[in-house]
Amino acid sequence: MKQTLLFLSNLSKQFGGKTVLDSLDLEIYDGEFITLLGPSGCGKTTLLRMMAGFDLPDHGIVTLSGVDITQTPPEQRPLNTVFQNYALFPHMSVFDNVAYGLKMEKRPKAEIRDRVDEALAMVQLEDFAKRKPHQLSGGQQQRVAIARAVVKRPKMLLLDEPLSALDYKLRRTMQVELKRLQRELGITFVFVTHDQEEALSMSDRIVVLKDGRVQQLGTPREVYERPANVFTARFVGQTNFFPGRVTRIEGDRISVDVFGLNRELSKPPFRIAMNQSLHVLLRPEDIRVLAPDDTDGVAGKIVERNYKGSTLDSVIELEDGIQVMASEFFDEDDPAFDYSIGERVRVSWVDGWEWLLAEESDEPLTDEEELAADDAEH
Amino acid sequence: MMLSIKQQPFRAAVLVLVWGWLLFLVLAPNMLVVGASVMTRDPSTFIALPLNLDAYRQLFNPLYLEVFLHSLYMAVMTTLICLLIGYPFAWALSHVEKRRQMLLIFLLIVPFWTNSLVRTYALKLILATNGLLNSALMSLGVIEEPAQLLYTEGAVVVGLVYLLLPFMILPLYSVFEDLRQDVLLASHDLGAGRFATFTNVIIPLTLPGVLAGVMLVLLPAMGLFFVPDILGGSRNLLVGNVIKNQFLDARNWPFGAAASIVLTFTMALLMFAHRLSKRRLGEEGA
Repeated sequence: MKQTLLFLSNLSKQFGGKTVLDSLDLEIYDGEFITLLGPSGCGKTTLLRMMAGFDLPDHGIVTLSGVDITQTPPEQRPLNTVFQNYALFPHMSVFDNVAYGLKMEKRPKAEIRDRVDEALAMVQLEDFAKRKPHQLSGGQQQRVAIARAVVKRPKMLLLDEPLSALDYKLRRTMQVELKRLQRELGITFVFVTHDQEEALSMSDRIVVLKDGRVQQLGTPREVYERPANVFTARFVGQTNFFPGRVTRIEGDRISVDVFGLNRELSKPPFRIAMNQSLHVLLRPEDIRVLAPDDTDGVAGKIVERNYKGSTLDSVIELEDGIQVMASEFFDEDDPAFDYSIGERVRVSWVDGWEWLLAEESDEPLTDEEELAADDAEH
Repeated sequence: MMLSIKQQPFRAAVLVLVWGWLLFLVLAPNMLVVGASVMTRDPSTFIALPLNLDAYRQLFNPLYLEVFLHSLYMAVMTTLICLLIGYPFAWALSHVEKRRQMLLIFLLIVPFWTNSLVRTYALKLILATNGLLNSALMSLGVIEEPAQLLYTEGAVVVGLVYLLLPFMILPLYSVFEDLRQDVLLASHDLGAGRFATFTNVIIPLTLPGVLAGVMLVLLPAMGLFFVPDILGGSRNLLVGNVIKNQFLDARNWPFGAAASIVLTFTMALLMFAHRLSKRRLGEEGA
C-alpha cells in the first residue's frame, strides 16, 4: 500500500497580485519519483520552494507524515534541496560542502568523515574531496550538490531543474544516475523540470502544472497516451488535433466522423451528445502514410520531410489546409517508404489509437503558451 | 594571433600611456621617497649623502613610537566603527529595490563633491563648545553645561569616520550584491539557522569586501593630517601629521620619508591579505 509522505492541501500563493498557486492539492507517496512539469511561470518552482520552506503559502497546509510543517523554517524540515545552479559554498572544499549539513547536526567528527566519504563515493567523487567548487566541471558540481543533499538522509529530496545547466549528453548521463540513486537510497524524489522528455523518462508519476493548477496527475504513460485536456496534450509531446463530430451513440460505443472517415470508438469519460464537435488526438507515431491509390485515409501532399535516423518525420498538408505530423519507423522491406516533398499521399492511422477530448472554452492556445511549449522542447 | 604594433596603433598608444603613467607618476616618486629615507638630513639642501638608516632608527624613538601607536589606535577605532556601521548599511542597501539603490548610492557619493577640508570645518562648527550639537543637547535638557567635544580623540575619530565611511560601504555593497541568494537558502536547507548561516557562509563570502573596505579606511585614517589639525588639538596626532611636520616644519626629509614608507608597507601587507582571501574563493586566477 502506498503511504502518503507529503500532503499539500488547498495551497494558494500570490506574488504582487499575480496568482502563482491556486488552491492546489497534491499527495506525494513515500519512495516515489514524482515530477512537477510545466512551462515557466506555471508555479512548479514556487511549489517546490513551499515544500522546502523557502516560501510560505498564503493559504493551505503542508503536512509531512501527518505532521503540519506549513510554518516550519527550512532548517528544521527533514527535506533537502538540490538547487538549479548547484548553490555550492564557494569558500569550502568539496568535503566541507558535503559535511556542512552534518556539522549543523553536530554529529561526531568520525561519523561525519565516514558519511561524507560514503556520499562522495556514491556520486563517484572520492578523489575530489579536497578541491574547491570552482575547480570542478558543471557535472561534477552537480554531483557535489546531490551528495551534499543526500548525506543528511532526508525523507525527501527536492530537485529544482537540476539538469538544466548541463549539456545534452551530460544531462542524459545524469538522468540515469539520478534514477539509480533514487532506487538505491529509496528516498522520495520531487523533481522540477520544464523538459517533458526528461519527465517522461524519469518519473513514476508526473504532475502537469499550468497557472498554478494541476492539469493532470498520472504515470508518464497516462499523461502521454491519455492527456486530460488540450494543454497537457500540447505540452507533453507532439499531437495532431483533428476535428471530429459525433454521428452515433450506442451504449459505450460511438461513431465519430473525421475528415469524412467514419471511426468506431469507445465512449469517452466526458458527456457527449449527437453532432457534438470534439478533438480527435493522434500522436505523430500513430499516423500512417499510405500510397495515393490506397482506399483508406485522407488525401494530402508531403510538405516537409525530416530524416531523424531511426524515424522519418514528415508533415502532410490535407486538402482543407490542415497539417498532419507523422513519424514512421523505417521499414527496410518497403522501397516506397521515402517520400519527396510535393508527393501526393493518403493519411490514415492505426484504428483504435485515437484519444478524444472535449473542446474547451479557452482554446486555442495563446502565443505565450506556444512559446513556453517551444521552450520546453529545448 | 598577435598583431604588430603598426597594425594596432591604438593598443600601442594605450600601453605606452599606462606604462608611462606608472613609471613617472608612481614608480619614480616612490623611488625618490625610498632614496630620501636612506639619506642624511641637511639644513640647506634638505637631503645629502652619506647613505644611512638613521631615519628608520629614529622611528623607534619612544616619542614617535607612541605617536604611531596612538595614530594606529585611532585608525583602528575608525575602521571598526566604519565596519560596524557600513556592514549592516551595505547589507540593507543590497536588499532595497534596484531603482532606490541607485538613489542611495548617489546620496552616498554626493558629499565627495564638497572638499573634505570644508566638510571637516563644518563638523567643527557642529562639535564646537557652543556649536550645534551642544546647543541642541542643552535645549533638550540632556546636559546643563556644554560638553568638551572638540579637540578630543573622539572628535578626530568622528571626523575620520565621517570622511571615510563611504569607502567602507562601497566595497561591502559590492560583495553583498554578489552574494547569491540560493547559497544562503542552501545553508538553511542543510540545517543552519540564521546565526550559523551568518558565521559560516555570509562572513566568509563577504570577507574580501571587508578587507577591501579596511584597506580603503585604515591607511587613509592614519594619514589624513588635516582632521587632527582641525578637530584634534595637539595631542591627537596621526602618522600623517608626523610626516607632514617632518617635511614642512622640522625639515627632516629622511625621517618623513621613512615614516611614509612604513605606511606604504602596512598597505602592501593588507593588499596581500586581501589577495589571499579572494584566491580562497577562486575569484582570481584559479
